[in-house]
Amino acid sequence: MSIIYFLIGCSIMLALVFLGAFFWAQRTGQNDDMYTPGVRILLDDEPQEEKK
Amino acid sequence: MAVDTLTKTTCYHCGDDCNKAIEFDEKTFCCNGCKQVYSILSNNGLCNYYNYNDHPGANRARTDKRFGYLDNESIISELIDYSDDTKTIVTLYIPYIHCSSCIWLLEQLHKINPAIYYSRVDFIKKQVNIRFNKKEVSLRQVVELMSDIGYEPLISLHDIVKDQVVGQKDNLVKKIAVAGFCFGNVMLLSFPEYFGLSGYEQNFRQFFGWLNILFAIPVLLYSGSGYFVSAWHNLRNKVLNIDFPLALGIAVLFIRTVAEILTHTGAGFADTLCGLVFFLLVGKFVQQKTYYHLSFERDYRSFFPVAVQVIEGDRESPLPLSGLKVGQRVRIRHNEIIPADAILLKGDARIDFSFVTGESIPVNKTLGEVIYAGGRQMGEAIELDIIKPVSQSYLTQLWNNEAFTRQQDNRMQTFNERVSKYFTVILLIIAFGAMAYWLPTDARRGVAAFTAVLIVACPCALALSTPFTMSAALGVLDRNLFYLKNTAIVERLAAIDTIVLDKTGTITLGGRAGVLVDANLTNYQKQIIYSVCSNSGHPLSRQICELFNDYERLPVVSYREYAGKGITAYVAGYFVSIGSNRFVNVPRVKAEDKITTRVHIQFDEQYAGYISFEQAYRPGLKEITDLAGKYKIYLLSGDNDQERNALLPYFKDSGYMQFNASPQQKLDFIKSLQLAGRKVMMMGDGLNDSGALKQSDLGVAVTDNVNNFSPGSDAILDGRSLNKLPQFLRFSKNTVSIIHASFLISVVYNLIGLSFAVTGMLSPIIAAILMPLSTATIISFTSIATHLAAKKRELS
Repeated sequence: MSIIYFLIGCSIMLALVFLGAFFWAQRTGQNDDMYTPGVRILLDDEPQEEKK
Repeated sequence: MAVDTLTKTTCYHCGDDCNKAIEFDEKTFCCNGCKQVYSILSNNGLCNYYNYNDHPGANRARTDKRFGYLDNESIISELIDYSDDTKTIVTLYIPYIHCSSCIWLLEQLHKINPAIYYSRVDFIKKQVNIRFNKKEVSLRQVVELMSDIGYEPLISLHDIVKDQVVGQKDNLVKKIAVAGFCFGNVMLLSFPEYFGLSGYEQNFRQFFGWLNILFAIPVLLYSGSGYFVSAWHNLRNKVLNIDFPLALGIAVLFIRTVAEILTHTGAGFADTLCGLVFFLLVGKFVQQKTYYHLSFERDYRSFFPVAVQVIEGDRESPLPLSGLKVGQRVRIRHNEIIPADAILLKGDARIDFSFVTGESIPVNKTLGEVIYAGGRQMGEAIELDIIKPVSQSYLTQLWNNEAFTRQQDNRMQTFNERVSKYFTVILLIIAFGAMAYWLPTDARRGVAAFTAVLIVACPCALALSTPFTMSAALGVLDRNLFYLKNTAIVERLAAIDTIVLDKTGTITLGGRAGVLVDANLTNYQKQIIYSVCSNSGHPLSRQICELFNDYERLPVVSYREYAGKGITAYVAGYFVSIGSNRFVNVPRVKAEDKITTRVHIQFDEQYAGYISFEQAYRPGLKEITDLAGKYKIYLLSGDNDQERNALLPYFKDSGYMQFNASPQQKLDFIKSLQLAGRKVMMMGDGLNDSGALKQSDLGVAVTDNVNNFSPGSDAILDGRSLNKLPQFLRFSKNTVSIIHASFLISVVYNLIGLSFAVTGMLSPIIAAILMPLSTATIISFTSIATHLAAKKRELS
């Protein structure tokens, strides 16, 4: 059963990585705008030769 | 008439009806402005703009903004976020952003001008973040480019939209993340304890215990720190608020957990501690609703231009408003706002004071007359001599009143604040009572009972009931176009017993809506009327011109104007007279003539009809004044009492109507009502109401477009929802009842918990079940009840 020490250690490390990732996302402003990216993805890129 | 509708076309760009359609590229446009935007876009291969939505553009018929002041270095440095040799970053607020086409086009700016590297739209905040090379393109050129394609930024140095409490909220999210992280892990580590550990697993117990303490430390020191700070702060001010028992509960939970684990006497309450802090912070988060597109904190500076054109000798240069001094000569052009009290030196001044008084009919001013700040010049450029500094003008000195300098906004105590005082005292009495009861016989049990009481009675449910109810209520009101500054306002709304209404703009509709044509006029006759009226500077003529401005002017002969009566002229062989009923030979004079302003029209001695300038009241006025049984309703107008008779049916008697009130008098009127013990709600729209809005217990700004400037207030109400005000008031009373009910529920839970606690036999598992259970009950009860209340009031 000593494997539990190792497993719990792993799970906590993993959880800490996720927490760190969330902090990073928050700090770099990835959660600032929750709406526009959803619209932006629906807009197509322009085809190069568009007729006037 | 039928023929008319068949030929009607809509503008390809903005979707407005075209009266004189301009054909271009097989498309029709209503004006040159729209056509120009289209040609810019098509030249840059950006016609996809029109594919995402029909008619996404703004009407470009009026384009008279100037951005000369954006060349001024000190103004630039205040506007931009960051700048170095190659890159400048600026965030601009564009009220017009409304659809996906807007996002698409504004993010293609680099295709129109390669010196713009990058542009990103934040749709909710209606902002665009632009990075450009300032060596190749200036800020002014960027703004002009955006203006050219129909997205004119609203530039103000004092707009608070940019830096609202975003930072605070960001910090809260981090605290919640930490608390949630620890809560999840602690739960995981506590489960074995609850399910029972067999003999050979006993060494895990210590390990899990230590880990639990480790996880509880960041929750205590980081996530929960706010409660300790707040409790300490309030204690020093001799106030017992809800944060005190919360902080006490958190501290006791932690100490007892550590003590139990260290002494091997129990598993501790680490999961309850983490869960408590987590739920409390979530409650706080829910309460902090921010409307990015609204600003409640505006003062006069947001209304005023960023810079004015100052004339020195024969040079004219833009000067930031803060640098404006008495004695300087300024030039104000069409549609610009006069920033300080000034004397008219040159030009034909026709000032629209709708910002100040709500009155939309422009006022003519003669040379040498003093013009108060806040007026908007319509027509040609005028020159003015500044006689008072910006902050000391007639209008702006209102902001020096104490109502504006008042730091804290503790005009009304919330239910939570009132209750938590007693709650804390009773809690402490029970805790010490339990300790005193056990202490002589069993000291250990006494301490256990004391701490257990503090843990179990920790007013988590009480602390959550208000935020969850109020944020649900805020959401309901929000859907009905009534935007409150924060959740505490709902309770204030419920406590109101007096309503004070401003007249112009608040209960009346401004603009063209009130102009009614009651005459059978052919298009040709309308053209004639337009031609005659365009000669006159009379405000009513101006309004008629605005009504018929689609027509071409015809030559007018022997035009005569009779002051205070009317005008006559020959147009295309017709003798036209336009004016009052005594001036024009009106067949029958109706009684309403005294109430509404009417202009009668006559062609060749034949009466053709009249155009009435009725003050159209908003649809909600009747509903509001029907509340007179429960609320005292006053009218407080800065206007003259011309409409006293028209409004009398709505109000109890003329004692409830006050006219000719200056901004200061409005403020004083509210104050006198408050001194008489009334809880006053002020509804207004203009800058002149700012003082009254601020002084009142609940200031509501009524506006037709929530993105427009509205004075600083506690709430913003869209004019279309004015008729729902009685429902809002009733609904707010319901939400307060819901808070009372959920308080009762939380008290019941506390009593159950206390019955375990006072015996000193509180096991961690009971605390761990009781706390989330009560929280879940409160959250579901408040949201369901609020939803039902909204349905009952037909607000959902």
